[in-house]
Amino acid sequence: MFLTPVVPHWPFQNMDTMFVRGLKRKCFDGEEDIEGTLAGIKAIPSYNLQRQSLLDMSLVKLQLCHMLVEPNLCRSVLIANTVRQIQEEMTQDGTWQMINTQSTGQASLDRLVSTDILCRSSRDQAEGKHVPAYGTFNKDFESDQAQDSSETMSTASSVQAPRNLQSNVWEMENPQENKGNFQKSLDQIFETLENKSPNSVEDLFSEVDNSYYDLDTMLTGMMSNTKMGHCDNLETFSTPTNTASNSNCKSDLNDLDHIVEILVES
Amino acid sequence: MPVFLALQSRRVIPFWGRGAAAASSAASRRCDEELYPGSSRAQQCAQPCPSCWEVPADIISTVEFNHTGELLATGDKGGRVVIFQREQESKNQPHRRGEYNVYSTFQSHEPEFDYLKSLEIEEKINKIRWLPQQNAAYFLLSTNDKTVKLWKVSERDKRPEGYNLKDEDGRLRDPSMITVLRVPVLRPMDLMVEATPRRVFANAHTYHINSISVNSDYETYMSADDLRINLWNFEITNQSFNIVDIKPANMEELTEVITAAEFHPHHCNTFVYSSSKGTIRLCDMRAAALCDRHAKFFEEPEDPSNRSFFSEIISSISDVKFSHSGRYIMTRDYLTVKVWDLNMENRPIETYQVHDYLRSKLCSLYENDCIFDKFECVWNGSDSVIMTGSYNNFFRMFDRNTKRDVTLEASRENSKPRAILKPRKVCVGGKRRKDEISVDSLDFSKKILHTAWHPSENIIAVAATNNLYIFQDKVN
Repeated sequence: MFLTPVVPHWPFQNMDTMFVRGLKRKCFDGEEDIEGTLAGIKAIPSYNLQRQSLLDMSLVKLQLCHMLVEPNLCRSVLIANTVRQIQEEMTQDGTWQMINTQSTGQASLDRLVSTDILCRSSRDQAEGKHVPAYGTFNKDFESDQAQDSSETMSTASSVQAPRNLQSNVWEMENPQENKGNFQKSLDQIFETLENKSPNSVEDLFSEVDNSYYDLDTMLTGMMSNTKMGHCDNLETFSTPTNTASNSNCKSDLNDLDHIVEILVES
Repeated sequence: MPVFLALQSRRVIPFWGRGAAAASSAASRRCDEELYPGSSRAQQCAQPCPSCWEVPADIISTVEFNHTGELLATGDKGGRVVIFQREQESKNQPHRRGEYNVYSTFQSHEPEFDYLKSLEIEEKINKIRWLPQQNAAYFLLSTNDKTVKLWKVSERDKRPEGYNLKDEDGRLRDPSMITVLRVPVLRPMDLMVEATPRRVFANAHTYHINSISVNSDYETYMSADDLRINLWNFEITNQSFNIVDIKPANMEELTEVITAAEFHPHHCNTFVYSSSKGTIRLCDMRAAALCDRHAKFFEEPEDPSNRSFFSEIISSISDVKFSHSGRYIMTRDYLTVKVWDLNMENRPIETYQVHDYLRSKLCSLYENDCIFDKFECVWNGSDSVIMTGSYNNFFRMFDRNTKRDVTLEASRENSKPRAILKPRKVCVGGKRRKDEISVDSLDFSKKILHTAWHPSENIIAVAATNNLYIFQDKVN
């Protein structure tokens, strides 16, 4: 199998063919006979590429949303689970951990994101889970005016150039795994993605609120009241569970109208 | 397995624009002719009908027969409900089995705007469920993403005439001019079918409602959204009981959502709900007020040889239906239909492949979002045959007894009235025979998500985008 810069134009066309056919690879340092033996090692880069492509596609899916109508929660959860699965596998592979441990510059960025996420989820902290850099995530759900600004700050800084983060991540991996040309191909792919579709990639990040650049915020964001805890009124309004709550809803709705009025007037 | 022939096909065309209030559909009864396929626009109506104007037909989003099969309701993306009624079989034309004609059309839901979240609430009808008939009127529940409504559909064929205080046009009469008192009498009038909203069940769901199910006690029903299930009493609209809540304390831990829910057909305390992880939970409401702990948990262990990144997505259950007997449940995931025995939780008793040739295409289907399509499945009246939809306007039937299956197509060309539906075949590889269609030629934009089977006869309704097809079995 060989690896060529298969230019998967946006969105990934013929992904199945790419997967099935295998990827052409240029000279692979340290590998002499590409045709014959080492099927396992040959398989790995293309599998990694497949996996990375799938990861990218999933991230884009999560980001691309028409915000006029509330996005489909089931779909988002399924995509997010797929992303988690890929990242877990990458962690097990050692691919992810290698990236995190090596790069100091990048690690700080990761840690920045990680810390932010860790602050929210004590469970993750306890497990010492490697929280992957969800740099490219974006809020998928309704925009939430009640977002906490401090959280916005911490996640915003981690977001600067998600694409670059990804390519840097792979670059860090480069000397270890000695896949120089593999890296080139990946860069070409990323470049192609960015060039081919400036609209989709660039605009995504320019227009969107920075505060939603991680999976957790995104999932959290759908419940406008859950994390921010801004208004108890909102909480009651959004979660009418028990018997009396519907009547509370009506009064809370009045409160909300009041709040909206104030906001609009100011 | 019955052999099906085309009965009729309809394009669901509303007779007025969006936003019209529920009104009588007397006009629509005259305009049935317009809806036959193949008719040119010039010869739309048998008689001139000023109210007939064609607007772009909307995508049908739900189809449901009532309990007798006399009525067939469809809901569409524009928030409209169209009800068809079966013609009584006449002695004059015994070979002409009852066809379905438009009975009533009304606007059930309107688009709304959630000011708090700055988001639109779609008016698309997600589900319609009929109530069993208890008097002359028909009742149905229809729901969009957020609000459930109970509609009463009733006929009016008499009206009172001879009021004292107003004249025949409705204008008030001058009381001083009235010299004689009379008793109003009921006189026959043209049949009018009225749909009126009797109850509106709103503000109980934060997430999108995906299912409603009427309980066998006929007093309560449940509505399920992505994370919660609420129990309602038909008479009480300002209050509902939350019976299932799977929302995690931290939303970032959310990995599973509710995809469908249904009450047991006979036991009013039992219901099931399915999840996006391919599991079904059966709950007993007698055990606790909040049924977060299931009484039974149905899950098939994963086949390690088929594992891929898409395994979880394709295992997500899009529909769950009890059999009429109440003994079995049927679930639909992306590639298969499974029948489960309520008494066995560790695996289904039957698994049917709907379109296994798509297994190698999962990545493309993920890319174009088709992998998230939610197909429904239905039982026939005797629970011997199950049916579900596929792509390219194909739908599949599986006979549980003979283990035979058939693929049929719902399309204009195949649905000339009385035409027998020819079985279709998808060619997976190698040589393609003459009538077969190759996997790469399948049209993934033509998907059949919604189908319905008459409760006692072999009549099926198939929704293909904005066309409704009704097929019945060949009369022997």
